[in-house]
Amino acid sequence: MGPILLKKVGELAAVLLIVSFGTFMLVSLLPNDPAVSILGQGREPAEYAAVREELGLNDALPVRYLDWLGSAVAGDLGRTVVPPYTDVLDRIAAALPVSVELAVLGMAMALLFSIPLAMWSAHRAGGRVDRVISAGSFGVLSVPSFLAGLLIIMVFANQLGWFPRGQWVRISESLGDNLYHAFLPALVIALAETALFTRILRNDLITTLQEDFILAAKAKGMSARHILFSDALRPSSFSMITLLGISLGRLIGSTVIVEYLFALPGMGSLVIGAANTGDFTMVQGAVLVIAVIYVLTNLLIDLSYGVLDPRIRRAHV
Amino acid sequence: MNSTSALLPDRPAAEQESPVLIVDDLRTQIHTPRGDVQAVDGISFTLGRGKTLGIVGESGSGKSVLGRTIMGLYSTGPTMTVSGRVLIAGKDVHTLGASGLRELWGSDVGMVFQDPMTALNPVKKVGVHLTESLRRHRTMNRAQAKAHAAELLNLVGIPEPRRRLDQYPHELSGGMRQRVVIAMSLANEPALLIADEPTTALDVTVQKQILDLLDRLQDELGMAIVLISHNLGVVAGRADRVAVMYAGRVVETADAAALFGLPHHPYTEALLEAIPRLDQPPHVRLAAIDGAPPNMVAPPIGCRFAPRCRYAQSDCTLAPPSLDGAVTRGIATPGHSFACYHPVNAGGQ
Ligand SMILES: Nc1ncnc2c1ncn2[C@@H]1O[C@H](COP(=O)(O)OP(=O)(O)O)[C@@H](O)[C@H]1O
Ligand code: SF4
Ligand SMILES: [Mg+2]
Repeated sequence: MGPILLKKVGELAAVLLIVSFGTFMLVSLLPNDPAVSILGQGREPAEYAAVREELGLNDALPVRYLDWLGSAVAGDLGRTVVPPYTDVLDRIAAALPVSVELAVLGMAMALLFSIPLAMWSAHRAGGRVDRVISAGSFGVLSVPSFLAGLLIIMVFANQLGWFPRGQWVRISESLGDNLYHAFLPALVIALAETALFTRILRNDLITTLQEDFILAAKAKGMSARHILFSDALRPSSFSMITLLGISLGRLIGSTVIVEYLFALPGMGSLVIGAANTGDFTMVQGAVLVIAVIYVLTNLLIDLSYGVLDPRIRRAHV
Repeated sequence: MNSTSALLPDRPAAEQESPVLIVDDLRTQIHTPRGDVQAVDGISFTLGRGKTLGIVGESGSGKSVLGRTIMGLYSTGPTMTVSGRVLIAGKDVHTLGASGLRELWGSDVGMVFQDPMTALNPVKKVGVHLTESLRRHRTMNRAQAKAHAAELLNLVGIPEPRRRLDQYPHELSGGMRQRVVIAMSLANEPALLIADEPTTALDVTVQKQILDLLDRLQDELGMAIVLISHNLGVVAGRADRVAVMYAGRVVETADAAALFGLPHHPYTEALLEAIPRLDQPPHVRLAAIDGAPPNMVAPPIGCRFAPRCRYAQSDCTLAPPSLDGAVTRGIATPGHSFACYHPVNAGGQ
């Protein structure tokens, strides 16, 4: 690990502090009175005051933030403030794998579709295949994802009955069943990302294919396939990898639409549910975890640039 | 020179007789948005085994397009129309088809590019550049290819070849990189090497080393070289024959000694005056040729050099002078042709 990496980690820690403080403040400023959420309407004012005191809501904000942050670092995100009063971390631990799996599967599918499509497009840029793929990407991008999701459900789940809808099987129960249930929601996630990745990668590939080293590879008699995969892909993938990192981080916290369409118990459902019931500890905890994951994903992406390009690698060592 | 003996090909005697490269009335038209450019306009020559042809002309005269058309290798970009014939080692380049060309490239003919900074893939190790080419055209396992790659680096004068194989291009100097590019293009001992401005991007001292290297490799491997440069000085002393290009055409061609000794075309004369000389103090302005090359979308009707020629007369703009005209009129020898009505150094002409 070089000093550059250490600096990066420091920066990310600062980002986390700011994000967590922001969330904490935001949730604290909500018009909801947590005591009312917990006790319900129509109690004595003294009872509400007692609950507030117990929750520490009467302390000054900075004190409350530091208390909360200290426990969070120690792995304690508190308990939900609405029934059933469960451990916030346990609830997140149950919801997070669903979101992570959907996001990772969705991204993997998007890469699997977009890399060959982009290569096919770029290989004969301006040709018929390229135009069809371009039009297709624009088409997909212009359809709102809930609509695409509904269509996919109607066709593959309702009409054809190939895939289930609205159940979730954990990986620990059965990997095959898990993938079977995750396929359609991941596909919905992959659709828009595929269109985006294909466009970005196609453009970067076209630029790379004009480089001298591509001509030099041709002049050695290397095949078009070899040139695309072995010479052009890696130097062309930076924008796409950056986009992938942003998408991955974003999706883990916000596959809300897909979770809603397929009634899946992920992070999106968790946060929305908590916000609706005024469960502020739940919202705070979930947002913190999402921010941590987002920041870690971006760190990984930063590190991957060094793997992709040896000239950057040297700067890190 | 232990390492080179393994690289020396045994070639049948018959092959040594016939030319390695035959170019016959080659024309390349580039269809650009501004109009059609006749970048190569009726060029013919032959090149024997182990010989060097220097192709010289100002920037934009069509040298690179000629080099690429000879190989049948086009970069992405505007469409082109090609006519005429190119035979490399007896194979008709323009009828080979895509897979035939891929067999030809890198085995019968290699290409060295102008800028070694961009001709190597920045994310690939030096060794991979060489081994993939070797394994593409020969049956070799990884270890054999790697050993051979090290030999190639040794051959092109790169010290510590084993260590260099595992380095990335950015870890090498420009001169070293050009050596790698040369090793790459020679990996399968092609009969023909096309070197398009191989030293233009390099320092003056490194230029000479690279040209000397090409000379030595030619002696050791026996390949024919098409040496392209905008600078007559680069091909001086290295080319057996020289062809001077102007606006897509060869305007004078001769054995190097004759061309340098007694040039007949006014353009060649002007180019000779413009050769940068090492014994001159730096920053002395060269006698650059006045004017600019013609608009290639609509070139002049007669001699294309007429607007810039100090010997031009009224007949020059009527019809283009032909390369054989001077021979026909008995004012030049068959080995020395030039396309000019009023040649210089033509003895009383
Ligand atoms: N890709 C291209 N698109 C349009 N015109 C081109 C292209 N390549 C070459 N040309 C034109 O062809 C002519 C010859 O170019 P080139 O062979 O590169 O010259 P040289 O190598 O002698 O400097 C020039 O007029 C140039 O403008
Ligand atoms: S033909 Fe006329 S214009 Fe052309 S080079 Fe000769 S003298 Fe000059
Ligand atoms: Mg050129």
